[in-house]
Order: sequence, then structure tokens, then C-alpha cells
Amino acid sequence: MVFDAGLAVLVLGVAAWTIVARDTFAAVVGFIAYGLLLALVWVRLAAPDVALTEAAIGSGLTGVLLLGASTRVRRTKNLTAGKEPAAALRLAAIGLCVMVSAAIAVLVLLLPEPAPTLAAPVAANLAATGLGNPVTAVLMAYRAIDTLLEVVVLLLALLGVWSLAPDRLWGGVPGLHYRADPDGILTFDAQLLVPIGILVGIHIFWVGSVAPGGEFQGATILAAMWILTTLSGLVDTPSVSRRWLRLLLIAGPAVFVAIGLAGFAMAGAFLAYPIEHAKLLILIIEVPVTLSIAAMLALLVAGPPERSLHR
Amino acid sequence: MNAATLYGLCSAVLVGLGLYGLIMHPEPLRKILAFNLIGGGVFLLFGVVARRGAAAGFGGDPVPQALVITGLVVAFASTALALALLVRLSSEPGRANLPSEGSGEEPMGGGPL
Repeated sequence: MVFDAGLAVLVLGVAAWTIVARDTFAAVVGFIAYGLLLALVWVRLAAPDVALTEAAIGSGLTGVLLLGASTRVRRTKNLTAGKEPAAALRLAAIGLCVMVSAAIAVLVLLLPEPAPTLAAPVAANLAATGLGNPVTAVLMAYRAIDTLLEVVVLLLALLGVWSLAPDRLWGGVPGLHYRADPDGILTFDAQLLVPIGILVGIHIFWVGSVAPGGEFQGATILAAMWILTTLSGLVDTPSVSRRWLRLLLIAGPAVFVAIGLAGFAMAGAFLAYPIEHAKLLILIIEVPVTLSIAAMLALLVAGPPERSLHR
Repeated sequence: MNAATLYGLCSAVLVGLGLYGLIMHPEPLRKILAFNLIGGGVFLLFGVVARRGAAAGFGGDPVPQALVITGLVVAFASTALALALLVRLSSEPGRANLPSEGSGEEPMGGGPL
């Protein structure tokens, strides 16, 4: 309890820092620390699967994106200088935020007792999925439609990012070109870490069926390894018009939809699995989906095409 | 008060802090940051509800936990799109506003050949 109270104070302190810090870079660093502390909170709330996701995506990948953007966005200070918000506006905003916080706090204190839960039905039907991790069972069996839509959302976000490229760069290579420094520490890191990281990513994905882990966490680690190799300049990001890249991106959603439709014939509903083949079918979906998600995450970090094909 | 309630109150304050940043910061990047702070608070509230629903030998209700994993990935996707829009907007010198009519600017024609 003392640990929990200390952790909560720390989370709130870092969150306040990301809001009040004058320097954007400092605020972004604060946000990354905030994500890592939240991952600790998730462990304390007995949710190790979410803790892995929070640390990998909520803190790690989002942090990389924010750091990259904070160095590239033009300083807008000169536009806003001398427009210090009026004291009355500030007071009104504080009042509103305190009211919102108070309302949520009251709801937390008034939550029904005993708490409603779906844990029992999940446990009762876990054997039918052939999985040992209840969270993976929810993601891949009971609520597989959510997971399918989520992969589609990632794909749509990537299409949105790509379509920000100017016409002449359409189909070009995303992001800046990094020149490899053969004696640099980043090159050494990439050469040493990437093979190990790929193994760890595959392991996290594989154990997801019985232990904390799963496709999103594994895919994020694979994406991080991709980003590390491009940042170090060892391998350049492929141009977005490459056919193999596009096939890789749609392989996951396509297999997911195909097996979902086959569910009509096999078990009488969309995304229903026949009991004797449930685990096999889930694996057939998960492998391409993990690879597709890894590519989507890495390309979302890389950004829109910025270099033309012919240079 | 148990740990779940403590973190529930923590999530309430996080949403308030993020909302304040969203309203008061003039810089778009800081607004996106504050928006993600709110998201963290909302997800934490889900985690508290999940923890309270611990039953059947699980440490928490797996359904809201799975929803949070989905939510985290979707939040990342929307943040990536928002930041890409922001970088694109600031890379256009002097074009932070819509161009006036008949400014005579030729659109950059042609895709990659």
C-alpha cells in the first residue's frame, strides 16, 4: 500500500511535469517516463499483458514519434508570444478540470460492490479456445472482431500518413536517410541488439498463448528492431510502392477476414472457430497479423514519403 | 481504501491534468501530448474496473484488460496520424493558412515516373 501510494504520487508528479514544463523536449521526456511508470501501475493491477503493451507502445513507440516530431515542428513561440492566456480563462479552465476530476473520483468511490465481472465466463470457456492466457483468448476468440477492426484502423492510419506526401514524392521512400557510421555506437548497437531483439519479439508473441505476451507486444518489439536498423543507417526504409511491402501490410488483415468468413461454413458465424481446430486457426491468423502489425508500426514511425524514388 | 481505489482516484486526477493541458497549451504538439495524458488516465480507470472484477482465479477481469490493449494500439495510430499532419503543416513555409484565391501558385504536377 505504501508502495502503491508512492507510485501514484510519482505518476501524478511526472504527469504534472509534462503539462507545466516550458521546453517541449523536456515534456516529451516526461511523457516517456509517465508511460513507463504506468506500466509499473499495470503490474500492480495484476495486468502484465497491458503492462507490456503500455511500456512498448504507449511509452516506447509513442515516445519515438513525439521526439521526432518535437525536433521537426517549427517553433510556434513567435506566433503565440505576448498572447499569455488571460487569468480569467486560466481560472475557468482550472475550475472545469477540477470538476471533471471530482466527478470521475466520485464515480470511482461509488463503483458497485461486488464488482460486475466477466472473468467466470472467460474461465469457463477457456478450454474451448485451446489457449492458456485469458487476455489472448478475449483478443483472439471472444472479441476477435475488435482485434480485426483494430488492425484495420492501423492500416487506415498508415494510409492517412502516406497520403500526406506531396504529389511528386508519392510512392517514394519514407523518412530521412541516415548514413551508417561503421565505427559508431549506434551501428554497433544495431548489429548486436537486432538479432537478439527479433528472437525476443518472436518469443513474446509465441508465449502469448499461455503467458503474458502476445501479437501486439511481439510485433512492437519486431517494429523497434526495424526502426533501429533504419536509424543506424544499416538498411534503408523501402519505398512505399514496393509490392512485397504492400503484400506484407495486407497479409494479416486479409487472412483474418478470410478465416472470419470461413467461420460461416465451419461454425455458423463470422469469426467462429470449430472447437477441435480453434488453436490452429488462431495461430494461422496470428502469424501474418503479427508481421503485418510490425510493419505498420515501423512505417507509422517512419512517416510519409519524403524522398522520391529516383535520386 | 485499497490499491484499486487509490489508482482510480489517480486516474481521475490524470484526466483533469491532461484536460487542463489540452485547453491551455497553445502549441499543437503539447495538445497532442496532453491528449495522450488523458488517454492514460482513461485506460487506468479501465484497469481499476478490471482489478475489482478479479474472479475465477484471474488477477483481474480479462475483458477490460483486452479492451485496453486494443485502445493503446488505436491511441498510437491516432497519435501517429496527428503528428504526421502537424509536421506536414509546419514544413509548408508561410502556408499555415489556406491560400487566398488566385495566388497563382501552380500545383506540383505528376507522380513519380
